[in-house]
Amino acid sequence: MKKEIRINPIRSGTAIDHLQPGAAYKILEVLRLNEYAVTAGMNVESRKMGKKDIIFIEGKELTESEMSKIALIGKGATINTIRNSEIKNKSQLEYPKSVEGIMKCINPKCITNAEKIPTKFSIKTGPLEAKCRYCETRMGEQDIISSIKSD
Amino acid sequence: MKGYLDSKKRQKTDSEKFLPDVVSILDFSRGHIEVVLKQAESMEKMPREKKAQILRNRVVASLFFEPSTRTRLSFETAAQNLGARVVGFADAGVSSTSKGETLSDTIHIVENYADIIVMRHFLEGAARRAAEISKKPVINAGDGANQHPTQTLLDLYTIKKQFGKIDGIKIALLGDLKYGRTVHSLMYALAKFNGVTAYLISPDSLKMPKHIIDDNKSKLRIYETQQIEKYLSEVDVLYVTRIQKERFPDEIEYQKVKNAYIIDNAIVAKAKKGMKIMHPLPRVNEIAPEIDATGAALYFEQAANGIPVREALLSMMKDVRK
Repeated sequence: MKKEIRINPIRSGTAIDHLQPGAAYKILEVLRLNEYAVTAGMNVESRKMGKKDIIFIEGKELTESEMSKIALIGKGATINTIRNSEIKNKSQLEYPKSVEGIMKCINPKCITNAEKIPTKFSIKTGPLEAKCRYCETRMGEQDIISSIKSD
Repeated sequence: MKGYLDSKKRQKTDSEKFLPDVVSILDFSRGHIEVVLKQAESMEKMPREKKAQILRNRVVASLFFEPSTRTRLSFETAAQNLGARVVGFADAGVSSTSKGETLSDTIHIVENYADIIVMRHFLEGAARRAAEISKKPVINAGDGANQHPTQTLLDLYTIKKQFGKIDGIKIALLGDLKYGRTVHSLMYALAKFNGVTAYLISPDSLKMPKHIIDDNKSKLRIYETQQIEKYLSEVDVLYVTRIQKERFPDEIEYQKVKNAYIIDNAIVAKAKKGMKIMHPLPRVNEIAPEIDATGAALYFEQAANGIPVREALLSMMKDVRK
């Protein structure tokens, strides 16, 4: 029998599980978790997914804006909020219908790149697409991921 | 009791049901478009003196951060025909923008001076931003390569006036379909009507973007071709756009394409009888001047239709409460 690799659980904080392989790296990049103890597993074996990524963040619960960012990168992932070694909240990430202030518009001539205005995008799925409320530019998945701002 | 309540309930007028701002043709329903076309028609019939009362004692701000001849003159003429006073500038160089003022600040100042703001801006999305922050209605007169909704409305008005309807029209869009914002907006607007056929004629490198075709293919019958003559015998309207030299990586490719898309009497002779040629203007050489004097030329009338359409919009925006 194959021995499963275990990652030490956390006492309080967040576990982001069932991420598509490759998503963890991008999430760590946009969340800026420099001050926290973070453990990440990439291409970890998973019964459900074959391979998956997983992130544990000790001592941090995610804000709404952070959740929106992750939702665009890691659809289908599970967010576990952990307090005193117990899962207090478990939710599966779905694409949001719209996002505000978390992405940059790829159109260099967009007003949001010229003036300090929070960006607003409506999100369409299948395939994933974001449309800028201002210049109406549409962005595909790759552009969305690379334009998510790290705070 | 019911009857009493019903009689107390005031019917909303067409302009009250209208949009608070005119930013993008994507915001328009068929009903919105029809209200504008109906109002434009009544503007054409209205005596000058009566028309001049509509915006009497009102101020229209005409903010052109980017130079424009036809659109600005047409808006300002329309506003003056309605009796409004017009304030504003024709070039960002003479506004505070040249001193570094943000669009948001400019709008906050101007909304206190004017009743309606007409704005052209070089940045895309500027009109949506202005509409979002302004207490007064904003009409987009072009925001970069994004939207120019009044052009689309005057295109539709021209078709309606000429053919008596838009439903069932067969229209060929010719030239630069990749970058041309007028043809993009027209596709979305035509898709709000029934039974419209769009023939998309362009060189391969300037084809209509796929997402625009995908967005509208359930409502429009769409045919794509590079051959200008292929569908000419079926077409009611030939909508010609300019092919810009700078869109081509090399000069030879441009010359080849440029000459293949010139409309002259020989082309018109092969077309359906009564076919009309439209063009958002300015043209360079894509329509031979010999067409001007023929019955096929509709482009000057199209430009003239900018006045009743903009009068209609200004008159409908005057009572907007945001």
